[in-house]
Amino acid sequence: MNNRHAPSEPPMANRPQPVIVNERRNGRVALSLFGGVAFMLGAAYAAVPLYDLFCKTTGFGGTPIVAKQAPARVSERMFKVRFDANVAPGLGWKFQPEAEEITIRAGEVRTVSYTISSRRPHETVGIASFNVSPDQTGGYFNKISCFCFTEVTLKPGESRSEEVVFFIDPDIEKNRELDSVDTITLSYTFFPARSGGKPLADAGQLAGSRAERETVSK
Amino acid sequence: MAHAHAADDHSHAMPSGWRRYLYSTNHKDIGVLYLIFAIVAGLVGGFLSVMMRLELQEPGLQYFSDPHTFNVFVTGHGVIMIFFMAMPALIGGFANYFVPIMIGAPDMAFPRMNNISFWLLPAALGLLLISLFVEGPPGSNGFGGGWTAYPPLSTVGHPGPAMDFAILSLHIAGASSILGSINFITTIFNMRAPGMTLHKMPLFAWAMLVTAFLLVLSLPVLAGAITMLLTDRNFGTTFFAPEGGGDPILFQHLFWFFGHPEVYVIILPAFGIISHIISTFSKKPVFGYLGMAYAMVAIGFVGFIVWAHHMYTVGLSLAAQQYFVAATMVIAVPTGVKIFSWIATMWGGSLQFRAPMVWAIGFVFLFTVGGVTGVVLANAGADRVLHDTYYVVAHFHYVLSLGAVFAIFAAWYYWFPKMSGYMIPDWIGNLHFAIAFVGANLLFFPQHFLGLAGMPRRYVDYPDAYAGWNKISSYGSYIFAFGLLVFFYGIWAAYAKKQKAGENPWGEGATTLEWTLTSPPPFHQFETLPRITGGDH
Repeated sequence: MNNRHAPSEPPMANRPQPVIVNERRNGRVALSLFGGVAFMLGAAYAAVPLYDLFCKTTGFGGTPIVAKQAPARVSERMFKVRFDANVAPGLGWKFQPEAEEITIRAGEVRTVSYTISSRRPHETVGIASFNVSPDQTGGYFNKISCFCFTEVTLKPGESRSEEVVFFIDPDIEKNRELDSVDTITLSYTFFPARSGGKPLADAGQLAGSRAERETVSK
Repeated sequence: MAHAHAADDHSHAMPSGWRRYLYSTNHKDIGVLYLIFAIVAGLVGGFLSVMMRLELQEPGLQYFSDPHTFNVFVTGHGVIMIFFMAMPALIGGFANYFVPIMIGAPDMAFPRMNNISFWLLPAALGLLLISLFVEGPPGSNGFGGGWTAYPPLSTVGHPGPAMDFAILSLHIAGASSILGSINFITTIFNMRAPGMTLHKMPLFAWAMLVTAFLLVLSLPVLAGAITMLLTDRNFGTTFFAPEGGGDPILFQHLFWFFGHPEVYVIILPAFGIISHIISTFSKKPVFGYLGMAYAMVAIGFVGFIVWAHHMYTVGLSLAAQQYFVAATMVIAVPTGVKIFSWIATMWGGSLQFRAPMVWAIGFVFLFTVGGVTGVVLANAGADRVLHDTYYVVAHFHYVLSLGAVFAIFAAWYYWFPKMSGYMIPDWIGNLHFAIAFVGANLLFFPQHFLGLAGMPRRYVDYPDAYAGWNKISSYGSYIFAFGLLVFFYGIWAAYAKKQKAGENPWGEGATTLEWTLTSPPPFHQFETLPRITGGDH
């Protein structure tokens, strides 16, 4: 540390005036700043699991809540729940809900099944993700079991049925922001599974644990 | 160069030729390199923007046969102007040159790190320029997703290597800025002359201190976010890919956690410069020194907690939107403190309308216009309508292109005599200002109307209904570009006429330490350190 600056600053060292470059002090400041840089870089990566956790616990951005059991009460409030099924380009599947739309009470547990069929001449692997809209209802849309974030393999021409068990939290009545909401859309999208296999990031691990939890309750 | 006579009889000779600059550890030489770099990059970025205005002058496709290429120009213009023009000019250029002098330091704390900071930049610019010419989306060259680089457009939307080059370019430019910031903070904390307390430090040094902290805290987040993009693109991670449990919105949060402080990184040094110029040409100390300094600290702090006002349309809850609206509006308070303090500094002062002062007053006016439209956009309700329209383009060009760029030119006309030793004739600076003022306002003011009428950003074409104001906007850009010829003529005139600047060409109002040195300053300043007397502000 000490001789790092010496060659570049001989004039200062030789000059007979009170220019004092305290290299140890400079080094300390620089080191703590590098520490700050490393911390912020770490914070950026820490944001990935934290954000995921935040979304799952608060339903932020339309992330439905994963629930273990049915709610204690059923409310009077009625909702239309619409089912939207999409297939991302490149997968070549057909993906349909049994009903476009159902009407349920908040607190009522319902099961809806979807049909997936492959139109490809070879085996294909897909993986689904979901979202509810309007986004603010995400925190009240509870899924007891679903087929998300697990890889689904279909043989050529194979058809399969998958189901979602869900309810709308009766506490939705208490949120004044959502008074005008009478329709909630649950949207599923099947993506082609990445051929790279396991994702390196924590995101993959979270998806795995989420899938695990969901299959346990199935 | 002109500095030669100032070299003193030290044991080491001043290096000459290319060695002086390539190996330079001298903050003034490195500052000059940064300024030259910024001028070159500014010409490239300016060329891209004039091409965009040429295309948009008429509806239909005139010059760009591939609309993607237009978006590549938009992206290149944004990235170059922010990372390779504004930041190098304000931080690397003027601050490197003048902050050590202003605080009475012989050089920066880490002179060799300073050298690395600069020489990383040409490498970064090189990578960015390469990115323009390699494949981005299938069949087209370059990355066209804007400087924000949102996935999935920046991941699966651009499978070619163009985006990878851009990411690596930003990595290097970011490393350069982080090293530079650490250098500034260490210099300002540890190398102030005896008696130069923090509360006596010139406001430009305060601005740089806050700016450097913003960079140290925000750039690593950008580095992390774009590294995640890089691994999502190339190594199968799914940080931002929903099929693997990732979330593209997370990128927007990370990006704007960096991106919002970044805009203050550009404007805070400009604030510092304007304070000096207005005080110099009003022959008065700046009004409310402590308020000015701590307003910058407040802006820097609040700047970190307002990022999601760039993201009102992604589906934030009402409560989150309410918070971000309120927090964003709060920034108008310290900013207002600064604007009113500048006016109060001029009030009752003995004003001299020299070229730097004219530019500085232009800055105050235009920055205020941009600030007002910023307050409009801060409202989540209004932003629903205006999001991604030309209204936003007009807003951020008023604060950056008319704000920061006017401050850069103000600083140029203010400090050029100190750096070169020669005066730029005042009429040149004033003429350049007149042309730039007319040009920039013609260029950007009509864009408010276009945005309010619903014209979206980042498109190569538009419906005929928008033709009128687009044409005027394009004319404005040609006028502004013509003003640059006057700017270069000014440099030529200074060296051709060689009118000596003397130690202090601006008179008694110029009180900071750089005006006590010769023009240009000696290769190593402060043989004996200045002693600053008097109480704190």
